[in-house]
Amino acid sequence: MSVSGSESAASANKPKYSKFTQQELPACKPLLTPGIVIGAFSLIGIIFVPIGLASLSASQEIVELIDRYDEECVTASDKIGFIQDSKANKACTRKITVPKPMKGPIHVYYQLENFYQNHRRYVQSRSDQQLRDKDYKDPKAVAKACDPEATTGDGSLIVPCGLIAWSLFNDTYAFSVNKKSVTVNKKDIAWASDKNSKFGSNVFPVNFQKGGLIGGGNLNDKLPLSEQEDLIVWMRTAALPTFRKLYGRIETDIMASDEITVVIQNNYNTYSFGGTKAVVLSTASWIGGKNNFIGVAYVAVGGICLLLAMGFVVLYVVKPRALGDPAYLSWNKEAAEYSH
Amino acid sequence: MKRFVYINDESYQNDYCDNQISNTKYTLWNFLPKNLWEQFRRFMNQYFLLIACLQLWSLITPVNPASTWGPLIVIFAVSATKEAWDDYNRYISDKQANEKKVWIVKNGARKHIQAQDIRVGNIVWIRENEEVPCDLVLTGTSEPQGICHVETAALDGEIDLKTRVIPTTCIGLDSEQLHKIKGVIECPIPDKDIRRFDANIRLFPPFIDNDICPLTINNTLLQSCYLRNTEWACGVAVYTGNETKLGMSRGVPEPKLTAMDAMIDKLTGAIFLFQLAVVVVLGSAGNVWKDTEARKQWYVKYDDDEPWYQILVIPLRFELLCSIMIPISIKVSLDFVKSMYAKFIDWDEEIYDQETDTPAHAANTAISEDLGQVEYILTDKTGTLTENKMIFRRCCIAGTLYGNESGDALKDIELLNAVADNSPHVIKFLTVMALCNTVIPIKSPSGTISYKAQSQDEDALVNAASNLHVVLVSKNGNNAEIHFNRRVIQYEILDILEFTSDRKRMSIVISDSQSGKIFLLSKGADEAILPLAYCGQQIKTFVDAVDKYAQLGLRTLCLGWRELSLEEYLEWSRLFKEANSALVDREWKVAEVCQKLEHTLDILGISAIEDRLQDGVPETIEILRQSGINFWMLTGDKQSTAIQIALLCNLISSEPKGQLLYINGKTEDEVARSLERVLLTMRITSSEPKELAFVVDGWALEIILTRYKEAFTELAVLSKTAICCRVTPSQKAQLVKLLKSCDYRTLAIGDGGNDVRMIQQAHIGVGISGREGLQAARAADYSIGKFRFLKRLILVHGRYSYNRTAFLSQYSFYKSLLICFIQILFSFVSGIAGTSLFNSVSLMAYNVFYTSIPVLTTVLDKDLSEKTVTQNPEILLYCQAGRLLNPSTFAGWFGRSLYHAIVVFLITIHAYANEKSEMEELSMVALSGSIWLQAFVVTLEMSSFTFLQFLAIWGNFAAFYVINLCISTIPTAGMYTIMFRLCRQPSYWITMLVSITIMFF
Repeated sequence: MSVSGSESAASANKPKYSKFTQQELPACKPLLTPGIVIGAFSLIGIIFVPIGLASLSASQEIVELIDRYDEECVTASDKIGFIQDSKANKACTRKITVPKPMKGPIHVYYQLENFYQNHRRYVQSRSDQQLRDKDYKDPKAVAKACDPEATTGDGSLIVPCGLIAWSLFNDTYAFSVNKKSVTVNKKDIAWASDKNSKFGSNVFPVNFQKGGLIGGGNLNDKLPLSEQEDLIVWMRTAALPTFRKLYGRIETDIMASDEITVVIQNNYNTYSFGGTKAVVLSTASWIGGKNNFIGVAYVAVGGICLLLAMGFVVLYVVKPRALGDPAYLSWNKEAAEYSH
Repeated sequence: MKRFVYINDESYQNDYCDNQISNTKYTLWNFLPKNLWEQFRRFMNQYFLLIACLQLWSLITPVNPASTWGPLIVIFAVSATKEAWDDYNRYISDKQANEKKVWIVKNGARKHIQAQDIRVGNIVWIRENEEVPCDLVLTGTSEPQGICHVETAALDGEIDLKTRVIPTTCIGLDSEQLHKIKGVIECPIPDKDIRRFDANIRLFPPFIDNDICPLTINNTLLQSCYLRNTEWACGVAVYTGNETKLGMSRGVPEPKLTAMDAMIDKLTGAIFLFQLAVVVVLGSAGNVWKDTEARKQWYVKYDDDEPWYQILVIPLRFELLCSIMIPISIKVSLDFVKSMYAKFIDWDEEIYDQETDTPAHAANTAISEDLGQVEYILTDKTGTLTENKMIFRRCCIAGTLYGNESGDALKDIELLNAVADNSPHVIKFLTVMALCNTVIPIKSPSGTISYKAQSQDEDALVNAASNLHVVLVSKNGNNAEIHFNRRVIQYEILDILEFTSDRKRMSIVISDSQSGKIFLLSKGADEAILPLAYCGQQIKTFVDAVDKYAQLGLRTLCLGWRELSLEEYLEWSRLFKEANSALVDREWKVAEVCQKLEHTLDILGISAIEDRLQDGVPETIEILRQSGINFWMLTGDKQSTAIQIALLCNLISSEPKGQLLYINGKTEDEVARSLERVLLTMRITSSEPKELAFVVDGWALEIILTRYKEAFTELAVLSKTAICCRVTPSQKAQLVKLLKSCDYRTLAIGDGGNDVRMIQQAHIGVGISGREGLQAARAADYSIGKFRFLKRLILVHGRYSYNRTAFLSQYSFYKSLLICFIQILFSFVSGIAGTSLFNSVSLMAYNVFYTSIPVLTTVLDKDLSEKTVTQNPEILLYCQAGRLLNPSTFAGWFGRSLYHAIVVFLITIHAYANEKSEMEELSMVALSGSIWLQAFVVTLEMSSFTFLQFLAIWGNFAAFYVINLCISTIPTAGMYTIMFRLCRQPSYWITMLVSITIMFF
């Protein structure tokens, strides 16, 4: 046996070398040196402030008109009684003056406040499989999913079932600008994906609002669900108790100081729980609707970062400290104190 | 209780088990229930099961039950699979052992059968290099003297060959007769003591006399040993299957819990209480809101008359929402990183011992963090601090000290001359050195003689004697042959009075074959031999020599002899045989009889053996002491030697820098006074920068541990260093226990069988795979080749493990709390009804996937380089004090998660307010925010980045988008098209960016 052979036999148990097993993988070890920290903060500030300003200006350009009408549209003292009276005349006229020119398309939203579409009992009370196709597999599961608004009094299944559909918002708005009636385009207010995949073109309303209690709006029995866009919009539940949903679009431009008249059929009951209703007209930009929050946040964060960067620079100049000085280690400090 | 084994008797039915070995924990049938039962004994698993069961109630579950059941089943399946795989491997190896073919005697003829069919009483034949299938009593071997050699490494880890002899009644039986013998063996019921077998055998006529013959462990072949250097051997099966000594000693060691594990458990408990508080508060708030507000919300349609349990529904919903506060993934993550720590130890090249070809091994994969928190190291001396490579250096024969000038007696001209001159004292001394031992000489074909010795001291003595021309050439059974100056001297070894740690000496009785004279040769510790000197012998020179040698750090042995008259010997021999065949208290009886012979010795001299310090021991101890670890040295050696070694290896400093305080005394009063004095000095000087250490010996320690435990505990707390000499294995364990009771993290390190108890008792046991066999290394949690590797084990592996686990465990809670706080915040805007903001898939994936994988790469994180740590060992103080994982750091993480949750939530609901507040979108924005945040938090918390870490963190980040984009293409999924819509919105990306920056303020 050769010498080298016996040597390799003698170290048969030697662990195999690899960078991984020896924990020696090349690693980058970023050190937060004062230079890097100051640089990073400055960079964040320099990037953020412009973004913030851009968002703010985009938001500022958006013209948004909000008209809360729930109080004014019910003059009766017994508001709940009025709203529940099906024979009462619910029509109500509101006038809005436009402060700035609005370029079409102008989005028309209805805004509800203190309405908990995200309540656990509410948000789950729907059956997606029933909405999707008339030939669903499991009627029992559908009934269970829609509890407590699954069947009429005699036990026949409601289509579309569930609390969400049952409580469909049913105020309507008719707009005229400067006394000239304006059409509201109610096409394509729902997501295309919902119309195509979530709501079936072969599913028609059955037994809807035929139960003991009538919730919200009714549906046209002749139209398939995929074309009932108001329902589709309503059924995209909101995550917050204050929310807006798209009612339609006004395609024409509206000039400054034009007067918009809205004739509202005030049907929907928000009075029993103290909710508010408003109609919102808004233009849109790249950041969506009017929202100053992001712009303010960016400017604030950017500003703080720049301030911090300057603070660090001052600190660095006034009281510099050598990097990696072992005298700062706690035990060395203690020892130094001990020797004094 | 006794067992009677009838040899080779088919007609005698016994109901002892057959030789089927079973190491498996489960069978095919009981696997599922038993495994589940074991897993559910853990509190965390019970908790998760309860949550999972609650989720089956659809009224209260906020998410799909699958989000808990999925991970739960995966986690259970993973550990069950691991168990099953281990068990299957055990089954396979059992099966191999069980189906191995062995020869047994049946009806007078040899038969080839499977090992599992061996029954108690069968005669089993084994050939050279075969494994012994069950515990046998030897009845015959191929060697005419009736001996055979076995390797017992699998049993006790000792690699030297051991001689086994057949009982005297079986001597002279030829193999033909061995097929037919009948008889009975009376033996104890199975136990696990591999050093004792107190039994006897009686053969039936026509075989020889009807006498009872004693059996000892030397007459047995135990399961798992290998027959070596012997053509064949046969024996009677006495213990079979799982009742063998090996089978009985197999036990599941109690799992050790690290300080970190205990802390994590405590913190888990705290989080659980916090969770209950949240549930109670939010549950009641929810019920109040429901009755005051929700009933007015007509669209929610609450019934007016509800079943009674409705009051529980909202609290239970919150319980389920908050259940993720305790991360289900933490156990799996911890197990994974812990086994990686262990692997890194196994793989580490720098703690591989080239000399003995032993890599370090972490047998216990679960306690690496504890290495970083060690406060006390209790170390053995011989073989641990020293090499246990004994070299004969000096001797004192008949008042003359040899080897004083050169430090090597073998080169001392005077001694060589004395040998050449046949100086009778020197020759006697050398004869005792060569004969009084249990060394086996092995002659290689080339004619050179090598020695196999159990004790390194004996090895050194025999080798030294042979260098001085008194060569032990062979030992066949009872005959020993010595060559001296070309003369051959034959001796018959009559009896061996074995060494025990109580007696501290051994003797043999030999008779000179030529003259027929009988001698007693003894060797042992000075205090065990010198008092036995005959009246009138001047032993002062020997006492002085012992002192002198001890101060040089040498190990001394005292050698003596005595000529016996035939009558005296015969009389004693009868008693000795009687004692040896005793079934009860044999050890004690034998010791008593031995004492009857060992007296009025002629002290021949003192041998001094050097045991060098291992490489790097002083530096290692120095560095570890700098890092705040206290050392206690526990040794069986004598005080002066121990102190000398302690000085050499920086354990203590000499005056004036250090001071040694002695606790001694023979009586209780003396010891008490001494202890009081030492304690007083300690208290006074504890403020001075002086290194104090106390020294105590086994005798005083025994008194202290029984009577003055409290005072000693106080001393233990005050004293950073201690030397305990002359201590027994059980005292070592007691000292470990004492330190443990003071809440110190202890590490015991040793190399020999006498350290096993202390190693098992300590929080961390480290074994040095040394010359005394592997017993310590096997019992230990970590085994290393050399003491100096302890430095790297603690400072590098222990410290990294601690840091990594501290981050991983707290991060696991942080990320779970984060998502939970977001859910809680959301409940405030959703009518406190327990709506889940996130869908089931996202929740599940967040916990077990998105946030678990990146953080696992913390096993590669190195906050400081290995070099920096070893140069500044003080840094370990951080780990010892538990600075990185304690209630306040945890509170920091807790606060961080709350802050981050608030930031994510507020930004989300403000950026996605009004017309954008669609449930699915908002939920995905909040989730993305959390995911972005996780990537940055992990990045910020890690100190070094290898490509694997980059890959895990940012790959995981990309995977989040890929997975969610994929899910967004499924029309039936709730989040169909959501991710595509979001990715197209500039405001989504802007929102993400600002959430990240705000979080870092």
